[in-house]
Amino acid sequence: MTATYLSLTKHTADKLFQRKRLIGFGIPAIIFAYLVCIFFVFDLPGLAQRANIDNAVTLASDSWSHKVHVTRDNRSGEISYAVEGERKGRYPEGQRPDWVSGDEVITIDLGGDNIVRYLPENRTEIEVPGFPLIEVQAEGRSLTSNLPEDLPDWISASNRRIGITTPEGRITLTGARTEVFNYFPGWELFWFTLDSPYHDQSLGSILFGERLDPERGNIAGAVSDWWHNKMWRHKDVAWAIGETILMAFLGTMGAAILALPLAFLAAKRFSPFMLLRASTRRVFDFVRGVDALIWTVVLVRAFGPGPLTGTLAILITDTGTFGKIFSEALENVDQKQIEGVSSTGANPLQCYRFGVIPQVVPVLLAQILYFLESNTRSATIIGAITGGGIGLMLTQAIQTQKDWEEVAYYIVLIVFMVMFMDWFSGWLRGKLIGSKD
Amino acid sequence: MADISAGGAPQSVGNIQSSYKAQVQRRRLYGGLTILIFVVLMVSGFNIADDRNAGGFWEGLHQIGHYPADVLSEAWEKRADLPGLIAKSFPALVETINIAAVSTLIGLVGGIFLSLLGTRGLGKWPRLIPLFRRISDIMRAVPEIVIALVLIFVLGGGPVPAMIAIAFHTAGALGKMFSEVAENADLKPVEGLASTGATWSQRMLLGVLPQVAPNYISYSLLRFEINIRASAILGFVGAGGIGYELRNAMAWGPGRFDEAAAIFILLFGTIVFFDQVSSRYRNRLTEGQGQ
Repeated sequence: MTATYLSLTKHTADKLFQRKRLIGFGIPAIIFAYLVCIFFVFDLPGLAQRANIDNAVTLASDSWSHKVHVTRDNRSGEISYAVEGERKGRYPEGQRPDWVSGDEVITIDLGGDNIVRYLPENRTEIEVPGFPLIEVQAEGRSLTSNLPEDLPDWISASNRRIGITTPEGRITLTGARTEVFNYFPGWELFWFTLDSPYHDQSLGSILFGERLDPERGNIAGAVSDWWHNKMWRHKDVAWAIGETILMAFLGTMGAAILALPLAFLAAKRFSPFMLLRASTRRVFDFVRGVDALIWTVVLVRAFGPGPLTGTLAILITDTGTFGKIFSEALENVDQKQIEGVSSTGANPLQCYRFGVIPQVVPVLLAQILYFLESNTRSATIIGAITGGGIGLMLTQAIQTQKDWEEVAYYIVLIVFMVMFMDWFSGWLRGKLIGSKD
Repeated sequence: MADISAGGAPQSVGNIQSSYKAQVQRRRLYGGLTILIFVVLMVSGFNIADDRNAGGFWEGLHQIGHYPADVLSEAWEKRADLPGLIAKSFPALVETINIAAVSTLIGLVGGIFLSLLGTRGLGKWPRLIPLFRRISDIMRAVPEIVIALVLIFVLGGGPVPAMIAIAFHTAGALGKMFSEVAENADLKPVEGLASTGATWSQRMLLGVLPQVAPNYISYSLLRFEINIRASAILGFVGAGGIGYELRNAMAWGPGRFDEAAAIFILLFGTIVFFDQVSSRYRNRLTEGQGQ
């Protein structure tokens, strides 16, 4: 009797272990097979060819450094100096960087004994250590040079265009113009552009020194010049971040205000009509299922691009989410408190106010504040689609593929913005409903 | 209130009543002020948003229905083509779901490591716990679009940038949620395993993970649902999948609205489907825990 019982138990136990082993082996195997499958579906082997390593290098080096262009127009012979080659960063008339010298012959010292000379009649001499002197003559649209046949890989040359890359800087020559790029670490003109009197002044001399601009005080002038910096557009960036936070705030709070009364309609305890309850729930499911992306696309047709559209997209989607969460919270309220309040002779509205609301407010607030943080991230993304806020500035900066230091700046700002909102919502939650711990 | 009455000296009822009334009044005042500030913020914020928008709110309000109506009427006219169009966009949908699934899996693994290394009592290197917490905070704070756009520039368009971007964010987000769960894990099995000389990875694999697995899986399912939405949106900015198809269909404008409608239907159906499936499984997982 016991023997058969034992063997039966052993048999079931063996079966169970076998099944567990099968699951323990099977599920990782399925996941692994899926990942292998994806490896080929996403064409990861071909990624190496598609990936543009040059882009990555430009991105990595540009995001923390800047370059100054020294350009000679070969038709007019005019020489211009500009940070990043932009008009906004051009040196004012009569000024030039201190590593450029000479009048007839312009000598550009790139550092490390790399020297470029702009000679009259569109001739150029380039001295690179360990390489014979390079001489180039530009005539019309073509170039003649003394470069040998077999070139090292840091020189690319044809009779139309010559490019030389040295560790200190880059030189490109075409028939129309000769250009030298000198690289420097750091974000250029971050504080003041070249036309501002405060450029190149130390912090001490701005704060305590002589008045630099006779018309205004140093601090006010410096702040205003920084705020209106044309290169970095601090004012626009601040507005854009404000817009993004505004979208998140208005969207989240608006959704919460809309969702609260609707949640009462969807909660079993407060809404006696089955049909009304079910239809409210379907509305929640619908607006949530349509998703912020489609709402954005639809709303942008009606309201045009801008922060309001993003706000409404967040508002509508989150009304569905909040409605669902709130109605679940309302169904879990404790009946005893409501009975207690109603035993004092309170009318139904007072029962809601004093019996229900105090119970659900902590749950609701915690959810709202959590969504405030997560919607800041959504607002960045939605902003990139509708055209508002820091998301738009980021996409624009990336699409122009030129100012990677600006992209880096925006990314840092976005990360700080989200971390700030995370901290802020946690702080507010602690203030309003007591901290979690 | 309690400490007033327990103050010792007997107080007249009138005293208590008046101080209670004063307290209630003060609380009402603060509550009213908070609501007032909130309303002012909402109204002025709305006005700013309205000002900076290309079209105004009140002019736009009655136009909301126009675009959906155009799309729907055109789709209804060409309703015979709709199944074909849905079938045509289906591969793109599969790509979107694949992006979400793979990035959730990668994020899950990353999140497990971040959470175990960043939880008090479990971390392999107790001194580095704050570091792992900061790492997961930062990973969580990076919106997917930032990484996706940069990677699209380097790697070219397609599913891989979106996958990496979403996985990065998911690892951070799950890392935080997981570590909240792991904090409540019972440490006795871990101690028992440690006494047998188990290594850190054995302790985690056999002592902690079985305890937290239901919660981890439940959070991952929720995350998968969120990631489907995210991968659809990232497609819209150039990273493959159904979002990309949607942008192309929209760029055609009238005449191709049936294509847009087909994509809308697919996307809506997918989101609702996964929403239902994941919430059913999550309920089962969390209920199973109580038993």
